[in-house]
Amino acid sequence: MKQFLYFGVFALWVAMIAATPLLADNYTIRIAISIAMFSGMAVSWNFIGGFTGYPSFSTAAFFGLGCYAGAIAQRNGIPLVMAWLLATLFVAVFAAMLGAIILRLKGHYFAIGSIAIVDLTRLITSSWGSLTGGGDGLNVPLLQGSPQEVSALVLYVMLAILIVAFLTSIYVDRSRLGFGLKCISQNEEAADMVGVNTTSFKVVAYTLSAVFCGAIGAVYASWVGYIDPTDSFSILLTLKVPVMVLLGGAGTLLGPVLGAGVFVMLEEVFWANFLEWNRAILGGIIVFLIFFLPNGLLKIQYRTLFGMLMQKLREAPKEAEKSS
Amino acid sequence: MTEILRLENVSKSFGGNHAVNDVSFSLEEGEIIGLIGPNGAGKTTLVNLITGVHPLTSGKVIFAGEDVSKQQAFQAARRGLARTFQIVQPFPNMTVLENVAAGALFGGGTGSVQDALESAHQELKFVGLDAVADTPASALALPNRKRLELAKSLAMRPKFLLLDEVNAGLNASEIDGALDLIRKIAARGVTILIIEHLMKVVLSISQRILVLHHGELIAQGDPRTVIEDPQVVEAYLGSKFAARVKAESHHV
Repeated sequence: MKQFLYFGVFALWVAMIAATPLLADNYTIRIAISIAMFSGMAVSWNFIGGFTGYPSFSTAAFFGLGCYAGAIAQRNGIPLVMAWLLATLFVAVFAAMLGAIILRLKGHYFAIGSIAIVDLTRLITSSWGSLTGGGDGLNVPLLQGSPQEVSALVLYVMLAILIVAFLTSIYVDRSRLGFGLKCISQNEEAADMVGVNTTSFKVVAYTLSAVFCGAIGAVYASWVGYIDPTDSFSILLTLKVPVMVLLGGAGTLLGPVLGAGVFVMLEEVFWANFLEWNRAILGGIIVFLIFFLPNGLLKIQYRTLFGMLMQKLREAPKEAEKSS
Repeated sequence: MTEILRLENVSKSFGGNHAVNDVSFSLEEGEIIGLIGPNGAGKTTLVNLITGVHPLTSGKVIFAGEDVSKQQAFQAARRGLARTFQIVQPFPNMTVLENVAAGALFGGGTGSVQDALESAHQELKFVGLDAVADTPASALALPNRKRLELAKSLAMRPKFLLLDEVNAGLNASEIDGALDLIRKIAARGVTILIIEHLMKVVLSISQRILVLHHGELIAQGDPRTVIEDPQVVEAYLGSKFAARVKAESHHV
């Protein structure tokens, strides 16, 4: 029953985003692409940060490597789709190898280690000028077609990645793998003791959290046509994605999608109206989340909240009578 | 009877501290063995060595004819070497049933999550926790948490179960319940090594006792012989206690 609800809500949301090229202007399509892109990354992050409980901040590293791998592959004559797939594969292998090392760290140490990966990959990319163009960035072959066609194509590819990521998360949630990841997030020592191969489970979760980000990065590079190290390996991106998941509800299936949607739209509003203050507002949202919504939007007891509100409303006239 | 576990000159040092020093013994299948010794004698370390939590400094652990000295904890669990912790280690936000299912799914090697939940139900019945199957593990009181630990390890279908102070913190009637349970587990053919401080409990349940002191095995044998061993009296029991137990056992 609950599963159908998840599928239904998700399908409806995807259909709405997918309809934008038919109904709306280019600005709205851009926002739709943004939502699809960040939802995909949020669903990815949920594998390691939500299910496994490891606060990873490596998202931007995977995204950036995806950008560059896709771009470099295309510049060397590999056809578009092949280049995207190659970039995805490259990022997956990178994450699996890196995970085997970095996942020995726990808690805050892991968080700091994972954020260092972003800076490290950025530094390597900007120093390795002969391959990556260094600080000058890289031009990526443009997608063929009119602006409308290009943005529709990008939107549908991003949505496809999101759908695959979402279905994977449903599968993982129900499988032996997901069960083991939840055990790890609750008590890693006990998980080890009941026979969970914690190291390999964590590596799989970390790789899953990377693979879709790599694909999204590669598509993004083709969309914007130009990438540079600061844009691709952005610290802000690496922070935003976890915040989105926390906003929606970490470890839940719909939470990341909900959080990413809400966040991108809020950001759009703030960006448009408070150009100078939007970063401060992002900070404000993070603080608000930690204090008031530690479990995310999905875990709020809406019924209780509604009941309390109704109670207050019913009492209000009585209070007024008393005071008069 | 066949041998299930053999330790050959097992040692473990943490820096210069010899926590376990040159310990050798052999256990038969189906036995209940008590492991006693003063605090800091190395009992829990020994359990950690057998279950792959710590690597050995030297020596060999042989389980069911296989050299498992280099195993990791999760491999021990899958081989049928289960343990409970002195301080209980539940998955706090999962239900009691899911906790036990984790044992069945990973240690017990059940194929699917569904099968694991089913076999978890059986183990919960066995330990008498089926009434609270759907409550979160964090909501249980201590005696039930200990039962949960037992159910979790049983779901792993162990051949050998190491119980690290399962009775600590329980009152007399709860201990009786726990002992019944341990006997029932033994009746399933599981070999049990039990670490225990209450001598009455150890004496009533063990067929054989091992005594550790300063990381060394100072005595082993049937309970009566061991408690009369002067070294054991000196190191652990105290002469008064030994005399009392002796007197009591003559009455019986």
